[in-house]
Amino acid sequence: MAEDAYKPHASRDAAAEARYHRRAFVVMMALFIAAPAVVYPVFVMKALCFGLFACAFNLLLGFGGLLSFGHAMFLGMAGYVSAHAAKVWGLPPELAILAGTAASTVLGVFAGLLAIRRQGIYFAMITLALAQMVFFFCLQAPFTGGEDGIQSVPRGKFLGVLDLTNTLVLYYVVLAIFTAGFLLIYRIIHSPFGQVLKAIRENEARATSLGYRTEQYKLAAFVLSAGLAGLAGATKAIVFQLASLTDVHWSMSGEVVLMTLLGGMGTIFGPVVGAFAIITMENYLAELGSWFTITQGLIFIVCVLAFRRGIMGELEAWLRKRRAG
Amino acid sequence: MTEIFGVPTQALFGQLLIGLINGSFYALLSLGLAVIFGLLNIINFTHGAQYMMGAFAAYFLLNKLGLNYWWALAVAPLAVGATGVVVERLMLARLYKLDHLYGLLLTFGLALVIQGAFRHEFGSAGLPYSIPEQLTGGTNLGFMFLPKYRAWVIVASLVVCLGTWFVIERTKLGAYLRAATENPAMVQAFGVNVPRMITLTYGFGVALAGLAGVMAAPIYQVNPLMGADTIIVVFAVVVIGGMGSILGAVVTGFGLGVIEGLTKVFYPEASNTVIFVIMAIVLMIRPQGLFGSR
Repeated sequence: MAEDAYKPHASRDAAAEARYHRRAFVVMMALFIAAPAVVYPVFVMKALCFGLFACAFNLLLGFGGLLSFGHAMFLGMAGYVSAHAAKVWGLPPELAILAGTAASTVLGVFAGLLAIRRQGIYFAMITLALAQMVFFFCLQAPFTGGEDGIQSVPRGKFLGVLDLTNTLVLYYVVLAIFTAGFLLIYRIIHSPFGQVLKAIRENEARATSLGYRTEQYKLAAFVLSAGLAGLAGATKAIVFQLASLTDVHWSMSGEVVLMTLLGGMGTIFGPVVGAFAIITMENYLAELGSWFTITQGLIFIVCVLAFRRGIMGELEAWLRKRRAG
Repeated sequence: MTEIFGVPTQALFGQLLIGLINGSFYALLSLGLAVIFGLLNIINFTHGAQYMMGAFAAYFLLNKLGLNYWWALAVAPLAVGATGVVVERLMLARLYKLDHLYGLLLTFGLALVIQGAFRHEFGSAGLPYSIPEQLTGGTNLGFMFLPKYRAWVIVASLVVCLGTWFVIERTKLGAYLRAATENPAMVQAFGVNVPRMITLTYGFGVALAGLAGVMAAPIYQVNPLMGADTIIVVFAVVVIGGMGSILGAVVTGFGLGVIEGLTKVFYPEASNTVIFVIMAIVLMIRPQGLFGSR
């Protein structure tokens, strides 16, 4: 990626890249809008929530080069707060989702301030440990309902008019939230802020010497990623009317890493593809319990050893080659 | 009954002992992680699974081959270490030129496979492993009852940790190892077979995890997921101690085990999280870890 900028046809490449992104986006949206006619909508909603979660994670890993092994804390915490807000405080769904998102953003500030003090492998271990702390907090805190979680969360009316008890209405609201989050991430990546982030990923010392306060950029990326992961978690809690310990467990942090890795880290559409692939697999293997874990582990191993660009990364490399040749 | 700070001494010393036991395992596991990290620059996420494999190896040696605990102490680490050598040769060796994060991802995937396979085979319920007869019973120290096996675990763990420290810091072999950590290309140029050294180092680190597993088998039940949560605590221990020094890993391991035990007495609600809280405080004050160097 870095070498492309020095080629004489860089601007032409960038235009081609933007054209490809537009086309892919149109195809993706067409598929999602038509999906409820063919596929069970609840399944697609689940995949959309995880797709947004993985995109938020990818913002940090793929563009900031920071591997968080604790992103479940944002997904799960936002889920608890939004479920609590909707059920106990009786807030309408849009405010409940906002409350969840805000909670994980605040959590992201604290976790980020601690985690960015170390780099690389330590960053991953620290985020994992912090997430484990949040897990035990959720296990013991009275408002989360412990092992039972928060069940039968009311869906209510979105913005006072859209009745979310109707599955199809709920589907398109979730799709709208997903699209808004997805476009926001796209915008962040292609903004000057995103460019600086990529520069830090490639060579942090150099970015510092150019006068950028890299710590602040990394923290901002971390908080944005946490907030968007929270948006996914809060929405998921409303859709499934449930917030549970599964979403704060370390295995969930691993799952989002896997989705991003399989789909293609550092690509725009990869995390969505990865999320759909893993959720589909989970759908078929869930009853088999440990087989799902084994398969996940095997995909990790294969991706790291032989498939590091992921599905979309490979596809894009192939497209680029075809364009050049 | 005597009390300290309103807590009966029996309970206090009991938890202190449990803390020391947990600390023994934290020390052994973080030592293995530090040894591997030093040379391979990889954080071995499979460490928890390999610890569990050590416990299962002890269980099988006893129930299938009739080899008792003392045999298991020698055979199980060798067997688990051998699987580590295979993993290093087949998988990790391909990753050294890449970003170190790939090593973390690979070993995480491997841990999922191993834990999933064991759970598929043996379920999530623990299998019992009894204390060897030479170490059953205990002594009454007057202020508390000290079970022999627990005393043995603490002493054995200390001996193994200090032995490892001695080999790495005070012998010629250890000097090669430290040199290769600093500059592998130079050591290779002097005629030392560095790739083989890396393989054996990984095998040794993994064997330490296996040994910890054998020692843990009679205390905790032999369970496919016994290492899954432990490894996360050990990661926090490693962050607190910093991976620069072997003795640092040992001291931090024991120290945090004791602190965790004491928290169980004075404020039980926080006993699961106290190590993570300490990690957060250490990161604020001394980000490189207590014994680490930048």
